Amino acid sequence: MTPPYESRYEPWDPARGSEIIAEHAKREGATLVILHALQEAFGHIPEPAIPMVASALNLSRAEVYGVFTFYHDFRAKPAGRHVLKLCRAEACQAAGGDALAARAEQKLGIALGNTTADERLTLEPIYCLGLCATAPSAMLDGRLIGRLNEARIDAIVAETQR
Amino acid sequence: MTLRLYVPRDAGAVAVGADEVALALEQAAAKRSIAIEIIRTGSRGLYWLEPMVEFATPAGRVAFGPVTVAGAPALLEAMTADGAHPLRLGLADEIPWLKRQTRLTFARCGVIDPRSLDHYRAHGGYKGLKRALSLGPDTILAEVTASGLRGRGGAGFPTGIKWKTVAQAMADRKYIVCNADEGDSGTFADRMIMEGDPFLVIEGMTIAAIAVGASKGYIYIRSEYPHAVEAMNAAISAARRAGYLGRRTGDATRSFDLEVRVGAGAYVCGEETSLLESLEGRRGIVRAKPPLPAHHGLFGKPTVINNVLSFAAVPFVLTEGAKAYADFGMGRSRGTMPIQLAGNIRRGGLFETAFGVTLGELVDEIGGGTLSGRPVRAVQVGGPLGAYFPRALFDTPFDYEAFAARDGLIGHGGIVVFDDSVDMAKQARFAMEFCAIESCGKCTPCRIGSTRGVETIDKIVRGERVAENRAVVEDLCNTMKLGSLCALGGFTPYPVMSALKHFSEDFGPAPTRLQAAE
Ligand SMILES: Cc1cc2nc3c(=O)[nH]c(=O)nc-3n(C[C@H](O)[C@H](O)[C@H](O)COP(=O)(O)O)c2cc1C
Ligand code: SF4
Repeated sequence: MTPPYESRYEPWDPARGSEIIAEHAKREGATLVILHALQEAFGHIPEPAIPMVASALNLSRAEVYGVFTFYHDFRAKPAGRHVLKLCRAEACQAAGGDALAARAEQKLGIALGNTTADERLTLEPIYCLGLCATAPSAMLDGRLIGRLNEARIDAIVAETQR
Repeated sequence: MTLRLYVPRDAGAVAVGADEVALALEQAAAKRSIAIEIIRTGSRGLYWLEPMVEFATPAGRVAFGPVTVAGAPALLEAMTADGAHPLRLGLADEIPWLKRQTRLTFARCGVIDPRSLDHYRAHGGYKGLKRALSLGPDTILAEVTASGLRGRGGAGFPTGIKWKTVAQAMADRKYIVCNADEGDSGTFADRMIMEGDPFLVIEGMTIAAIAVGASKGYIYIRSEYPHAVEAMNAAISAARRAGYLGRRTGDATRSFDLEVRVGAGAYVCGEETSLLESLEGRRGIVRAKPPLPAHHGLFGKPTVINNVLSFAAVPFVLTEGAKAYADFGMGRSRGTMPIQLAGNIRRGGLFETAFGVTLGELVDEIGGGTLSGRPVRAVQVGGPLGAYFPRALFDTPFDYEAFAARDGLIGHGGIVVFDDSVDMAKQARFAMEFCAIESCGKCTPCRIGSTRGVETIDKIVRGERVAENRAVVEDLCNTMKLGSLCALGGFTPYPVMSALKHFSEDFGPAPTRLQAAE
């Protein structure tokens, strides 16, 4: 299914992939650096990129795949158009984060860790943004939000559904 | 005359509108043709007042907060007239909450422009390095040891001893690694100092490099901190351009360079050996110790790995001398600790003070109790692996040993406050759940025990064989304590057992718990 909007990311292209890999391959312990750069460009780690990274770094496919799956940040497929990360760690729990997460789930009709059917929004838990004195906190498309409340959740949901 | 304003660019301030406020002030000034200059600083750490805006007066910087976009024009008006305003807080340096602190590490944070090396030097920056270069490695090691500085990442290991081990190791190459993974909920001091005074971290790491003979350093920053990544990268470039990094490091014989690496959302990568694995490009699986990183660290080379705040404390020690630092504190906890007040708290933020202040002073007096206005019921100190303390333990002084004696830990100095609506069985369950999510998978008690823990607490809450299942949880905790390689599995029992011990009434079928809360 093609999403009903233009993606912020480039479509997968092996030539572009190798270019990105080559750019960082000479650095010490380059695997994470390369995976971050690939995800930055393509919005996820395209499967064909894994053997390419492996051969550039002289590693086995299994090793690179193992790194890719170990870290929560790396995606196997692109996220929705918007990504809303709600902090679910203790400081935000103490400040009413549980109820806000439940409200977001209910408004969007999806549980944390999922994307809406129209692929407009991915809702994810995050464990601490370091904004614990102005909790609860969230991150919307890389933008930080402190002192989150019900009205703000509702506004975000409305804004991202447009 | 140009009006000089200061608006934080700190992520915590930006999250509550600092960028929009800066823009609104600029627009209001343009509209009224008032010449202003806005300097973007770090945060002073008084987060309930963010966005806090300051402006320069002959008497000093006058602060206002929390400022809103809508209030920007009126604020500008008040500044030009230097007149009254409901949000006026007076001279920033005289705000009691700030004045009561002992800011050795955070002296410049919120004051200077973190992008300006000139500001840094004008406020005493790079004096520690200068003195370090004149003293030489042995004396640097002696000073850091004599300061009594202990690692601020959680374990509290003496920094001087760690450095000495690396200095004595023979190798063609040594590394300095800064642990900026700051994954503990309720902590943000590393983030603040990287964003607000990044040259301080660079200076501390450079002094470490000279002390141990290292040529390359890495700062491993969690991916949740994009602002810190940007600030550190900008500072590294500026330091390189000015000759503080790269070939010379302030004198002709040495070279030390730094690079930022970004994590990828794994809490366990804050554990030092897991972090080294990650830096090497692998899964963050914890390594068995020995060998210590000091002998066999990054890429197998002797490596100093310290928390951001440990490095950030060093320039003061070198500038003012070990004694000036060690004069603060109590017992074996010397110097100051940047304490972070978080969660449901009225005055949350960064409070740097000498060790010895009590938990009660921090939460009730300094923090002002809960934001919700309800009674404080529990506080978690030291992050997700730290114990929950009830009010009955509020006389505990902030000190490594005093907390350990009460089955707790100070960790990285975060305090998360909960009011009386908290359900402590839910918090204990979360501790187990978090361990299950973040476990690196190496040890069975951590990987499997935590999941069993979640299931068993669920049974208790449902009222199934409560006494028996409480015993199962205790048993699981013991197994995790004894059978885990690192503190993720080994310390998760702290929050769980403390919740069971101090808030026993929450661990039963729901109806009794609700009655107990009435
Ligand atoms: C699960 C786990 C997470 C940790 N996270 C951090 C962290 O985010 N930052 C940190 O400095 N230390 C963290 N530590 C402690 C480090 O292993 C290590 O003790 C520290 O980096 C040493 O530096 P220091 O001596 O300056 O404290 C963590 C430990 C464990 C077991
Ligand atoms: S205790 Fe847990 S996180 Fe630590 S090494 Fe063992 S499995 Fe990994």
